[in-house]
Amino acid sequence: MATIAAVIASTHHPFYYRASTSAGANRPPFADEWVAKIESFRETLTRAEPDVLVMVGSDHFHQLWLDNMPQFLIGKAPFYDGNFYNEEREFGLPRMFLQGHEELSAYLLRAGIDAGFDLAFSNELRIDHSITCPLITLRPQADLPIVPVYTNIFAPPLPQPRRFVELGKTIRRLVEAWPSDQRVAIIGTGHLSLELGGPRQFGPHGPDPEFDRQAVEWIASADLDGALAEVSLDSLWLPGNATHGFMDFMLMMGVAGQSVQADYVDSLDLFHTMEAYFTWYPKGDSQ
Amino acid sequence: MSKYLLDKFLYTVDRDPELVERYRNDPRGTVSWWEAERANVVLNIPEMERSTWLTFSDVEREALATHDYVTLFELGCHNFLLLTLFIALFERDYDEPLAFQREFAVRLSHWTVPYPDIST
Repeated sequence: MATIAAVIASTHHPFYYRASTSAGANRPPFADEWVAKIESFRETLTRAEPDVLVMVGSDHFHQLWLDNMPQFLIGKAPFYDGNFYNEEREFGLPRMFLQGHEELSAYLLRAGIDAGFDLAFSNELRIDHSITCPLITLRPQADLPIVPVYTNIFAPPLPQPRRFVELGKTIRRLVEAWPSDQRVAIIGTGHLSLELGGPRQFGPHGPDPEFDRQAVEWIASADLDGALAEVSLDSLWLPGNATHGFMDFMLMMGVAGQSVQADYVDSLDLFHTMEAYFTWYPKGDSQ
Repeated sequence: MSKYLLDKFLYTVDRDPELVERYRNDPRGTVSWWEAERANVVLNIPEMERSTWLTFSDVEREALATHDYVTLFELGCHNFLLLTLFIALFERDYDEPLAFQREFAVRLSHWTVPYPDIST
């Protein structure tokens, strides 16, 4: 059976690439600290020696649109191009090219549907910054095959938070049962409190530092009961109008397992949003 | 009210660099052209199979034609689409980084939660 080499949950900040590659007067004052934290975080994946990456993210109205909107979708393609014109324009993100892992994609689709998730699929998927940003931070050489998993945190009506958790638990169980000797890292990115296109956007901190503090606690201890008791589709509007991305963190808490303390926890209070980084090693310390 | 069509306008303009410039330079003309020629094109099927029923209300058309993002927010446009496109349109006119984004926030500062419903 396959081995889960690492479970990683992270924010995905599209400004990291530009901040980390800029120099001189263009380099923001927080860049050095941010890069140091990312390099430390990256080491948690490198140390796990993965062969394949399951990447959980959410398309931001790039390929997926309101005329045909899936709730949960798995990419099944031999290759994935990455990033879009408007992400180059706004964030300076580079075009990327990733290899897929069709066998694992096909397995997760079949077994996931049989497990009660009527998953959509795509045989030609261009991935956006929710998946390319964690590749840039965690695996910049982009040399491993990926299986993209997209969730709808963006276009109401959304699935309930508990479905994100259940999907995470299902992905964990299915990967562990995958008849393969590969080492799989499951990586997912979301948001803490976040406001985009509203009155609380781009402040000195995230729009709701108290939510962020609580959210980091929930994630670090995979406190699914605590998070599910407090979080609802309605409540997530309150910390910021883009905070439903927290449900991707809840999915990853489901992957990590109820009350399993993360082996690595870090955060960085940036303008506009809090960054947060978590790694679990399901088999104990990596290697 | 056609929130879906407002979002479709923002979405299809935002992903096309030529349309971004055209909408910046001639908002009323671009909206008029788009409603006549593009509003009913279903994005994933051939153009000849177009829809027959999508139009803006007068308030929606005027808000788009005047780059009035406060009204578009209040009409329930998707916040991400609205912000992303308007950054592309106007960030270049400001000297300081994020100055446009902060002005956008200030102009919406009379709003507290709940914000207008973005469901389509």
